[in-house]
Amino acid sequence: MGYDCIVCVKQVPDTANITGEAMKEDGTVNRAALPAIFNPEDLNALEAALEIRDRYGGTVTAVCMGPPAASEVLRACLYRGADRVILLTDRRAAASDTLATSYILSRAIRTLGRFDFVFCGRQAIDGDTAQVGPQLAEKLGIPQVTYFESLVDLSGRSARLRRNVGNGWEVLETPLPVLVTVLESANTPRPAGARRVMRYKRARSPAEVIAAVKAEMPEASEETCEREVGRRVEHLRMAGLLIDQWDLDDIQADLAWCGLAGSPTKVYRVQSIVLKKEGYTEIPPTEEGVRRLIHELIVDHTLG
Amino acid sequence: MIEPNRQGEVWVFAEQEDATLNDVSLELCAKARELADTLGVKVGAALPGWNVRELSYRLIAHGVDRVYCVQDARLEQYRTLPYARALCALIARHRPQILLFGATALGRDLAPRVASEMRAGLTADCTDLQIGDYTDPRTKIRHEKLLLQVRPAFGGNIIATIINYDRWPQMATVREGVMALRDGDPRRGGEIIEEAVPLSEAELAVRVIERHREARKVNLKAARIIVAGGGGVGSRENFALIHELASAIGGAVGASRAAVDAGFIGKEHQIGQTGTTVRPALYIACGISGQVQHRAGMEESAKIIAINRDREAPIFGVAHYGIVGDLRQVIPMMIRAIRERAR
Repeated sequence: MGYDCIVCVKQVPDTANITGEAMKEDGTVNRAALPAIFNPEDLNALEAALEIRDRYGGTVTAVCMGPPAASEVLRACLYRGADRVILLTDRRAAASDTLATSYILSRAIRTLGRFDFVFCGRQAIDGDTAQVGPQLAEKLGIPQVTYFESLVDLSGRSARLRRNVGNGWEVLETPLPVLVTVLESANTPRPAGARRVMRYKRARSPAEVIAAVKAEMPEASEETCEREVGRRVEHLRMAGLLIDQWDLDDIQADLAWCGLAGSPTKVYRVQSIVLKKEGYTEIPPTEEGVRRLIHELIVDHTLG
Repeated sequence: MIEPNRQGEVWVFAEQEDATLNDVSLELCAKARELADTLGVKVGAALPGWNVRELSYRLIAHGVDRVYCVQDARLEQYRTLPYARALCALIARHRPQILLFGATALGRDLAPRVASEMRAGLTADCTDLQIGDYTDPRTKIRHEKLLLQVRPAFGGNIIATIINYDRWPQMATVREGVMALRDGDPRRGGEIIEEAVPLSEAELAVRVIERHREARKVNLKAARIIVAGGGGVGSRENFALIHELASAIGGAVGASRAAVDAGFIGKEHQIGQTGTTVRPALYIACGISGQVQHRAGMEESAKIIAINRDREAPIFGVAHYGIVGDLRQVIPMMIRAIRERAR
């Protein structure tokens, strides 16, 4: 029997380690200067799916929506044990908000067909919204269990999952299929397996092949390029190293629900955070200085 | 999805657990009142639960005109699907123009489910809400009196203002503690409307098997004074200094993420984007460098004192008083100065 698990993963800029170079002169964020990483909690989601497969049998399929460069996180999924990976890439999906994103992911999952679990990280570090998981569950018409911490029991068509709600925890019993959003505290993601790295490091998506051919043969005609891309893609397919790539047509997405058109939220304005440069009163680190500060706070009624 | 409805009320989802209202819902009532007065409409509260009618009076005292109370024994414990059904049914019936949730674990589970079903826009973790106009730069169409939803994004490095002009209700979750909690007025009048919502078998399929809640031991939000330590404190032993200063000055103990990650203190003390947002009368930041994620959780404090050895630390950028020095010497000085005054 076994369980078929789908994991949604995202490539994100590393917002936790923003340095000076990542901010442009005008104070906006320079995405290009930030390293792109595997969204941390999506690694926990992948691990949760792999643990179920390792214990009960079944499959793990990773789906990633993003630009061609996001193929990198799909290779990382292969290194850790995913059975199948799919890159969902389409310019028409750009500027999708969480609602449009969850719609597109729901179309991809329906295209895959049968599944028992969908795992997502609780949230992505570039937006921190934690909205795509619940919205995807609604689009799929299945229950959701957010803030997953551990699997208590799994038998037949029902699972007991423990979730952490901040000021406590609870165990929910849910029928399958179910969508689960996973916390960082749920598990320790396994490292990439050395043999799988050797095997899959040359795995490529068609979009990556096109980019590579264009870079290597800048002078070649379109026809020559196309032929070369076709040759390489076929070669990868034969070797089992072709990363499946779908666009919005492949998943029969309604374009009115995708991208800017499918996104009810619009950005009105973006401001970078500029430190208030009003200056502060410097207090010398001496008994006398500190005593005067405390006195001042008492006088203005901050203390006492 | 509902069409923009200019007469629609401003709604708050009244979050309760074990028939106790969450403070953030009361904070939102005051904010909703302000927004509704600007728009010239009423404030509504959606209150699903069981044996919760009594809570309506508190909501009314905090600025609500109409409480839509959905009482059903099957709503006694929070479960996503029946609560989402109750809210969607109320939205379809009454067509509010704005719907606010607290950005709590529960609110962040429920709001996206509801927004997805209504095909409405939702902005997470807002730190401010205003009413304003917007002209679409492409179509030149002017949209008046929209909800401007202000939130930090990109790890707190930018502040984005989000709007939602064509698919209503305009929905947002709001960070706990960022809107002031005011005293209610028990003499305010309001209406309580009992509503029934049918629930299907499928919506009730998930069951709560076991449930455990811990009383919040640390109440940072209510503290008038907070003494917070960061990675610069250096060790768990040195962190005792933070506790000592807090006890001498009558404050609560806070921490930056660096201090929590280093194991100096528990996560329930964490202040910042992933912890609690506070705005005490006095905030003393000891050995905290002041990463933007931390500043987002404390920069609204009325007075900020920063103690740090590094003159270049960003915390000094938001401080009112700065002491460049070793906290292991400065904190004992402060404790002595406070004790002297107390005598």
